[in-house]
Amino acid sequence: MPAVLATSLHAGAPETAIFWILAPLAVLASLGMVLSRNTVHCALLLGSVMLSLAVFYAAQGAPFLAFVQVIVYTGAVMMLFLFVLMLVGVDTRDSLIETLRGQRLAAAVAGIGFLLLLFAGIRQAAITSSVGIAEPPKVTDDQGNVLPGQGNIFEIAKLLFTRYIFAFEVTSALLITAALGAMVLAHRERHEPRRSQLEQMRDRFKVGTHPTPLPGPGVYARHNAVDTPALLPDGSTSDLSVPPAIEELRLERGRNPQPARLGPAQSSSRATSKQPPSGKGNL
Amino acid sequence: MSPTYYLYLSAILFTIGSLGVLLRRNAIVVFMCVELMLNAANLALVTFSRINGDLNGQIIAFFVMVVAAAEVVVGLAIIISVYRTRRSASVDDASLLKY
Repeated sequence: MPAVLATSLHAGAPETAIFWILAPLAVLASLGMVLSRNTVHCALLLGSVMLSLAVFYAAQGAPFLAFVQVIVYTGAVMMLFLFVLMLVGVDTRDSLIETLRGQRLAAAVAGIGFLLLLFAGIRQAAITSSVGIAEPPKVTDDQGNVLPGQGNIFEIAKLLFTRYIFAFEVTSALLITAALGAMVLAHRERHEPRRSQLEQMRDRFKVGTHPTPLPGPGVYARHNAVDTPALLPDGSTSDLSVPPAIEELRLERGRNPQPARLGPAQSSSRATSKQPPSGKGNL
Repeated sequence: MSPTYYLYLSAILFTIGSLGVLLRRNAIVVFMCVELMLNAANLALVTFSRINGDLNGQIIAFFVMVVAAAEVVVGLAIIISVYRTRRSASVDDASLLKY
């Protein structure tokens, strides 16, 4: 399957088309990653850059690397990034205040200069012809089935386990060290004994603010999102039923904090039971 | 199609990644930009492998991927532990050595 992918994508007009479609997308996505303030958007844009790079690897006769790119980078690394983002909190946004004066201008000038330098270097390199990764001739049995032990993966394995065997073994040590290091760094020692459920319960009731779970959001026939406040028996809405983060978001977007659309039955019951406003929002 | 275009693309992606490292202050985004730079270098390595017609470039790209995976694991663990002590993932806040 990878060999088929390599031969079908390798060289010629299809490759040109793939390049000119995906390369601008990759550049735009990476620019968006640098400029976007939302870190989750950054992670997703980086994932799309990585996926298009995987296609480039496949088009350049490296199907093994293309699959490793998808599995290791977009699969493992990006998921790890997203996990850490969720742990750290999505709402920790970058501030837009420049702490060093002229940093952006200097960075832009340095970036453009560096890019020009790289372009000049590539242009001067005078790459006239490319050999290309040749697919080794396939050996088939008499039924026409391709015998195993050929192609890009086989060649990579041959190099990896002969010339680069020492580097490969050192890599395993590196991976074990990294796993141990992550465990040591992210581990938190418990200094005080674990609080029992009884103690936690006593503390909660001693404070006496709100010992029971908070009420859930309203679920109606037409509207069941978490930003819909629950209706109290007297028809007013409960402030406690909407998480504060969602309430903030809604205020930020300038929406009405009341439920947007209620069914006719509910709105009529609200209208009739509006008279006693005593329990408004204090449950 | 000339493989030089891939080298140009790789240069552009690397530059964008380094700009991100210079400009952004959220440690996780800085880390993502480092990953982008590593990916751009990998693309250049695979292109060199194609230009030269042997697989050594691909092997080196493979090792870069392995080292990058290890680096991500340790780096994110460091970010988590910094976040735990300072409640912030901004690289500006980790400045205790300054004073």
